[in-house]
Amino acid sequence: MRYVLRRLGFMGPLLLVISLLAFALIRLAPGGPFDRERQVPPEIERQLQARYHLDEPVLRQYLRFLGGLLRGDLGPSMRYRSHSVNDLLAAGLPVSLSIGLLAFGLALGLGLPLGVVAAVRQAAPAGHLANAAALAALCIPTFVAGPLWVMWLGVKWQWFPVALWGSPAHLVLPVLTLGLYFAGRVARLMREGMLDTLPSPHLITARAKGLSEAAVFWRHAFRPAVRPVVSYAGPMLADLLTGSFVVENLFQLPGLGLFMVHSAFNRDYPVVVGLVLLYAGLLLVLNLVSDLILAWLDPRVRYE
Amino acid sequence: MSEPNALSPGRRAWCRFRARRSGWVAAWFLVGLVGLAVVGPWVSPYGPEAFAGAPFEPPSWRHWAGTDVHGRDVLTRVLVGARLSLVVGMVGALISLGIGVLWGAVAGYAGGRVDAVMMRTVDVLYTLPTLVLVIVLVTVLNGWVARWEAAGVPVNPAHARLAGLLVGIGAVSWLTMARVVRGEVLSLRRRAFVEAARALGAGPGRILGRHVLPHLVGVVIAYLALTVPAVVLYESFLSFLGLGIQPPAASLGSLLAAGAAQINPLRMYWWLLVFPAGTLAAALLALNLAGDALRDALDPRAVG
Repeated sequence: MRYVLRRLGFMGPLLLVISLLAFALIRLAPGGPFDRERQVPPEIERQLQARYHLDEPVLRQYLRFLGGLLRGDLGPSMRYRSHSVNDLLAAGLPVSLSIGLLAFGLALGLGLPLGVVAAVRQAAPAGHLANAAALAALCIPTFVAGPLWVMWLGVKWQWFPVALWGSPAHLVLPVLTLGLYFAGRVARLMREGMLDTLPSPHLITARAKGLSEAAVFWRHAFRPAVRPVVSYAGPMLADLLTGSFVVENLFQLPGLGLFMVHSAFNRDYPVVVGLVLLYAGLLLVLNLVSDLILAWLDPRVRYE
Repeated sequence: MSEPNALSPGRRAWCRFRARRSGWVAAWFLVGLVGLAVVGPWVSPYGPEAFAGAPFEPPSWRHWAGTDVHGRDVLTRVLVGARLSLVVGMVGALISLGIGVLWGAVAGYAGGRVDAVMMRTVDVLYTLPTLVLVIVLVTVLNGWVARWEAAGVPVNPAHARLAGLLVGIGAVSWLTMARVVRGEVLSLRRRAFVEAARALGAGPGRILGRHVLPHLVGVVIAYLALTVPAVVLYESFLSFLGLGIQPPAASLGSLLAAGAAQINPLRMYWWLLVFPAGTLAAALLALNLAGDALRDALDPRAVG
């Protein structure tokens, strides 16, 4: 418990450093949020800059941003003028969240059994097949798989809608595209963990005690073997929840991944910083959760 | 191998690598692919940017992989693209190797406060979304190049962009390498032979270079083999976004982006997607398999 509190306490300063870094980094990039193809008259540009406080020293701007952050306000978007960053996050989060969670479920639901089969039946055809499937999923990146799925399932056979956001059927192709890749990663990690565990003597002891194969598997083999997956699942979930640009771009979904890339290209400073903070915060929390699960899985792990 | 101990470590690793069929096949496949990518564009009757036929010709004896929107031969472009992707993968992995090994070795060897600061930096960089980081880095570097050009320095914009891309990818992919190397150095620097070298009056640079780093060769090579596919994937992804290779030059990623742009419900130009996607997937698969085999072969704990 004290460990958890200390980790949580650590997160504050870390997030502060990250926000400062993101703030400085995005301002390093040439250009600004008000650059357009058509040159804006200088007095209008000056007014815009004054309105968004871009004429102040950068440090002052950062302090102003911190003040807003304390009140839970991430500031205004400089590109979508009538929206605040909070509005944009509130709009994009449900999309990315639902796709991310479903893809996470698919990755674990498919990857774990696949990895177990690949390890337990290592020498049999089933094992080879599972291993090959996992490798194939891993080697077909989302931006390759996505267009191919669209081409066959969407355009040719017309099973699922190819784009936009609406009915649950719209979720199928994005979730499939995103989830299969991560299922491959999970399966490989699960297989490796299982292969490490299977020869260990405590399984022989468990069998010698007369435990059923099911009990041996779940209580004694699976628990230690799943640990690599658990440590990978934290960052993976953070990635998935904040949206995938490739998938959102391909299927025209209004999610966070799309905002992230567009805001970086548009130099929409507050949106970039807000999204970076959201991602970093999620990552830190999820890493903590996965560390706690690791400790629960393996009682020898002690944090202090 | 009746007397495995009589062989040198390198020789033993080589035997283990050869004994593993998947890795051996993958290595030969890669050699073949590199050969094709080097020789292919010369042998092909069409130039990669030449208008060789009508637009969107399906695969035929004249054009084995069909033609694209401008009537360019797809097979030639895939080979040229594979060449560029592999070069980028190799150079990007080397850059990440350079930064990662140096950073990890210095942090691990110096220890104490230096180590803490350097590794916290890595932690913070880990929490930044890599995509945003790369976008910012690439645009900053491109801005510099534009300024040099304006100042009259003769730069080839295409080469400068490629260099910016490589530096950007290298700069975000060294983090794991730094962690791995630091962990190894931490355990190595307590060993007696390091003490002995210090007692003989060797400075930290000499100890690191002559006594510590040679021990890391196995780990680093194995990790490098797994970084190459990651970088290839990253370059493809960035080119897919339009940040990487600019037309008319081609990489596997930009070819895929061009193919994905041609998806429509009326006609299917499947050859535009399937050939680059197949090449990319096969190359990634081979790189991963070879990397796995290399890692296992160089694993000092392995027997036989």
